[in-house]
Amino acid sequence: MQPVFDEEEDSSRADVSGEIRLPATLEGAGPLPERAEIVIVGGGVIGLAIAYNLARRGLSNVVVIERGYLAEGASGRNGGGVRQQWSTEINIRLMQESVDLCRRFAVDLGVNVWFRQGGYLFLARSQREVARLEKNIAIQNRCGVATRMLDPGQASDIVPELDLSGIVGAAYNPSDGILFPWPFLWGYARQAAAHGVRIFTQTPVGGLEPQKTGGYIVHTPRGAIRARRLINATGAWSPKLAAMIGVDVPTYPIRHEICSSEPLKPFLRPMVSELTSGLYCSQSMRGEIVGGVTIPGHESTYGMGSTMQFLATYARRLVRLMPILGDIKVLRQWAGLYDQSPDGNPILGPAPGHPDFFLACGFVGHGFMMAPILGKLYGEWLTGGAPHEIFGRYTLARFSDGSAAHHEKEDFNIG
Amino acid sequence: MAGKIVLCRCEDVTLADLEHCVSRGYRDIEEVKRYTGFGTGPCQGKECLAAVATHLAQLTQQPPSAIPPFTSRPPLAPTPLRLLARDPGAHRFPDDPETDRSV
Repeated sequence: MQPVFDEEEDSSRADVSGEIRLPATLEGAGPLPERAEIVIVGGGVIGLAIAYNLARRGLSNVVVIERGYLAEGASGRNGGGVRQQWSTEINIRLMQESVDLCRRFAVDLGVNVWFRQGGYLFLARSQREVARLEKNIAIQNRCGVATRMLDPGQASDIVPELDLSGIVGAAYNPSDGILFPWPFLWGYARQAAAHGVRIFTQTPVGGLEPQKTGGYIVHTPRGAIRARRLINATGAWSPKLAAMIGVDVPTYPIRHEICSSEPLKPFLRPMVSELTSGLYCSQSMRGEIVGGVTIPGHESTYGMGSTMQFLATYARRLVRLMPILGDIKVLRQWAGLYDQSPDGNPILGPAPGHPDFFLACGFVGHGFMMAPILGKLYGEWLTGGAPHEIFGRYTLARFSDGSAAHHEKEDFNIG
Repeated sequence: MAGKIVLCRCEDVTLADLEHCVSRGYRDIEEVKRYTGFGTGPCQGKECLAAVATHLAQLTQQPPSAIPPFTSRPPLAPTPLRLLARDPGAHRFPDDPETDRSV
């Protein structure tokens, strides 16, 4: 058993924040308001993107409550990848729209998120992996994504530092990219607050009390708030929140580790990933090499500790793939939780029999890149717009009424 | 003056940067780390954490004891990938050679 450096799930951190004071008009911490039209539980990118889009479309009285600090969960722990290379048409089309929103994010939300479209390069080490990429590329091309298959020499033209031994092919889409996750959240939070959303950090939910007339009383240490509707955007903690009202959400937490190196002069344009190991790495705008690897067989856990095994495995695969990085130093490693859904796809919309309890979970480690479009579609729907087809397809009911079997599984959750 | 007082030498974070951060509503030391970048350089907070925490306590009018250190992250010191790659505990994928010349 490898030693695990414990990072406790619940810290005994002092209560220093309270209500996020972004615009001066919201200055001052205080108790929760008595009631809200919509309470969003979870101040990660999904919850904040939905809050921003609801408020922007004129819905007043939206409240976000976050257990810890903004970016404490997976939204602050991910690698920042944004790609359109997926395996199902619906996810590819969603991500095309998300990339468009990322390109405009800095202007629309007034914060630099260091979005950089350097492409995504997926490397195959077997003909089976090539076939998997080719199958996806055909669907991506049909949707208008310009992914193409490269031979090893062409991959080397894009990343000359690659050791090509064992590489038999690669999929490359130049318009995929990376962003810096933290400012993305701050942008959503600031603009949501500017549109009237109230955001409370350090506010864990202790219980949900369904009301006969609909809605819930949400109990927190900061007081109770009556919510006409509630959105569960708590990522890996979604099953726990849903269980408070007896709803069974079939997702489970899987720990994924990641690390960051010392900063280097910019040299690596695309996100590089190999299918065999789930290795991925990219160079952030700060110059650090940020990456991870998927060690198979890890059981479900809420622990977010770091292991030597991860660091050793990542280093071994990365130095083999890019020997030039051997002397680069790792500065820090950390972990985050994937909200793993049974078919690799999200779970959205109201829970069956609970019309005021909405889900926005099950993103399998890729919620960050989907948040811009997901937030927009959710915001449109809950302010009277027609529901996008994802809300009819990615239901919780699909796991109990057999309809999940008729949909394609998403099998390209890499990294 | 605050713009000339350097709290984090690795990442050039000044007292003025910290004041700005607090004024924007980021008051938890973990948020301050992410917003300013302090403690994310080679020392990983070993030199700057106490200085930032002291000023953060003053700016947010709290006793210093109310501000715990941010979560410290392994490794203990910057460590080359080549050294880490030699650790025998690394997971072996089916295509991993028994002995790897590159490491």
